[in-house]
Amino acid sequence: MSVKDHREDHAPDMDDAAPGQETVNEREPVGGLQGYVIGFGFAVLLTAASFAVVMTDLVYGPAVVSALVVLAIGQMGVHLVFFLHLTTGPDNTNNVLALAFGIFVVVLVVLGSIWIMSHLNHAMMPMPGMNRFGS
Amino acid sequence: MSGAAGSSTLPSDISARSGEHDPYRVGRHGGHGHGSTGSGAVGPASRYVTVTYGFWIFLLSDIIMFSAFFAGYAVLSGATAGGPTGRELFELPRVAIQTGLLLTSSFTCGLGSLASHRRDMAWTQIWLLVTGVLGAAFLVLEVQEFAAMIDEGAGPTRSAFLSSFFALVGCHGLHVGLGLLWLGTMMAQLWLKGFRDDILRRLHCFNLFWHALDIVWVAIFSLVYLLGASA
Repeated sequence: MSVKDHREDHAPDMDDAAPGQETVNEREPVGGLQGYVIGFGFAVLLTAASFAVVMTDLVYGPAVVSALVVLAIGQMGVHLVFFLHLTTGPDNTNNVLALAFGIFVVVLVVLGSIWIMSHLNHAMMPMPGMNRFGS
Repeated sequence: MSGAAGSSTLPSDISARSGEHDPYRVGRHGGHGHGSTGSGAVGPASRYVTVTYGFWIFLLSDIIMFSAFFAGYAVLSGATAGGPTGRELFELPRVAIQTGLLLTSSFTCGLGSLASHRRDMAWTQIWLLVTGVLGAAFLVLEVQEFAAMIDEGAGPTRSAFLSSFFALVGCHGLHVGLGLLWLGTMMAQLWLKGFRDDILRRLHCFNLFWHALDIVWVAIFSLVYLLGASA
């Protein structure tokens, strides 16, 4: 019971995987040591790109915001696939659906707040000595 | 006579039926390879899958909580009240080092997980220790940064921008600190109790927690520090 009962001793359930579970994705490039090394490499590249966008003049000024957002989303995707082992396979349906709902709420909260508050800002009466939110 | 015969056949009849058909697939035999999603066709999922799924739901809730802090920061980032702006305060070299530390700790955490799959106690403990040291170094840099900002008079009470900045980044730092406590607990439990099923489940949940913290940090360094320094 104690030593023999490890999950590796059971055959992994190919129809149902836990987030982060390595056994199911073992034979794919995202699994095992190879997966962590590839993911680490991608993450380092994307991080370096993010810093380069800000520290150099490679990217047209007004586009810096979009570039940073795109690079951040890309890096989050790398983390999800290579470190958390989320894939689009049928074994991951539950995990991906939960993630989709989470992203939906996050987008709603963040974009909704920015949208509403910018409208309120526009609607506010301009007062002397006030740039945006108080003196 | 007939009643006695019925009662003698009934138990064996039931056991034979449940043994052969297993109508609820509790034994989880068969049912593979039909392309079914979830576990509806093959009986209850293993403890490992359900525990991790529950923790995944917690992590997503945690990320939703962070999104509220992000929304607050995004709305208030211009409300400096005449005080210092992000451009004046943020030191990108420090942020780059912090990012490198946390990203590498996420990587070593994954290596520790692989070592635990091989039931390799020495390497599991080594990688967990490296993860903990990198996480602690990250936290030291963050505390130094906060202390320096408060010394300069740019504490959380200075402006709405700084309140939301300290709330957001401090909340992430608090998570890292709690993660370090959890990491130490897991190292001790692994050491004392070995690769037991429940310990491995906890270790796996810790790995997920640590990777999720790194995902939140990606959003922080891109959208708070880099954006703040470039704007």
